[in-house]
Amino acid sequence: MYWSLFKTFFLIGAFSFGGGYAMLPLIQEEVVQNHSWLTATQFADILSIAEMTPGPVSINTATYVGYQISGFSGSALATLGLVLPSFILISTLASLVLKHKNNPYFQGVFRGLRPVVVALIIGAAIILGLNTNIFTNVAEILLTIVALGLFYFTKLHPILLLLSFGFLGIIF
Amino acid sequence: MISIKQKLALHRKLFISFIKIGTFVFGGGYAMLPIIQREVVNHHQWISEKDFIDMLAVTQSAPGPVAVNTSIFTGYKVAKLSGAVTALIGVVLPPFTIILLLATFLSSYSDNYYLIQFFAGVRPAIVGLILGVGLKTGKNIIHTSFDFFLAVLALILLLVLGLHPFLIIILGALSGLLYSYCKKSSSQEDN
Repeated sequence: MYWSLFKTFFLIGAFSFGGGYAMLPLIQEEVVQNHSWLTATQFADILSIAEMTPGPVSINTATYVGYQISGFSGSALATLGLVLPSFILISTLASLVLKHKNNPYFQGVFRGLRPVVVALIIGAAIILGLNTNIFTNVAEILLTIVALGLFYFTKLHPILLLLSFGFLGIIF
Repeated sequence: MISIKQKLALHRKLFISFIKIGTFVFGGGYAMLPIIQREVVNHHQWISEKDFIDMLAVTQSAPGPVAVNTSIFTGYKVAKLSGAVTALIGVVLPPFTIILLLATFLSSYSDNYYLIQFFAGVRPAIVGLILGVGLKTGKNIIHTSFDFFLAVLALILLLVLGLHPFLIIILGALSGLLYSYCKKSSSQEDN
């Protein structure tokens, strides 16, 4: 049981491209359909909590799913399984990138990657806004612009900005 | 050579930074970018703005959660393997602890009115901050018409055609290689 929990999350961590949200359907398939560890309703409940808790969504989900299946040791194994592939791969990639930074091919590759990454960041913000229906509401569009302006033009810490906007949400 | 004491201090700073990052990431991996940029690029200056973007190119195209990948890369850059472990534990520990506490004590947490309102307020701020990171880094990265063209093309591929980011990154890498190759051969002709 422990081994198969670890193995399942290890494979999810190793083969999911596209970040935390891309992982969720994969986790659901493994945990609900393939292993029947949780029902679809239980999983949906876990997701709504994972999305409303600080921390990367995938880590939250792994921790919660592991806990539901077999308590503390389950949550530790699921989380460890999820991050271990990243750790091995990224440490290796980091040492390669840092070592060959001045290689002309590497520089060529990154010459093209940089503008693309900028576009992906802007695109991610737009997609998030569309998915959460922020751009259909004038008040929320204004809040977005105010947050953008404060972040861009002042030195206020982003953590402070996020918390202030959260409390604004409670007050109004 | 740096002393053991300095090394410990560096790891402590790294750990505290990533505890902060792990605690205040609301939502997905991109939501961490404003905080990680502030902590790692502006505050501690462990990574330059340009290296920050290069790092994101790697951590986005690799499998795994982007937030976790980015933490490991930053840790490695600052203090090799021990740094990577420190940053990883730092970023995972807060959500791990919070979820365990919630799972143990609260079962109807997500129905809480104040929490729902809090997140309703946070969401537009997250969108604004991520846009801010994009514009800030764009200002430093996008200089030539090639950069601009590539960025606009990538945005269209992502938003209009719905292409997977991984594919767009591969396309970016190939066009970068091609561009450098063409530029090199044309400058050789000039000589």
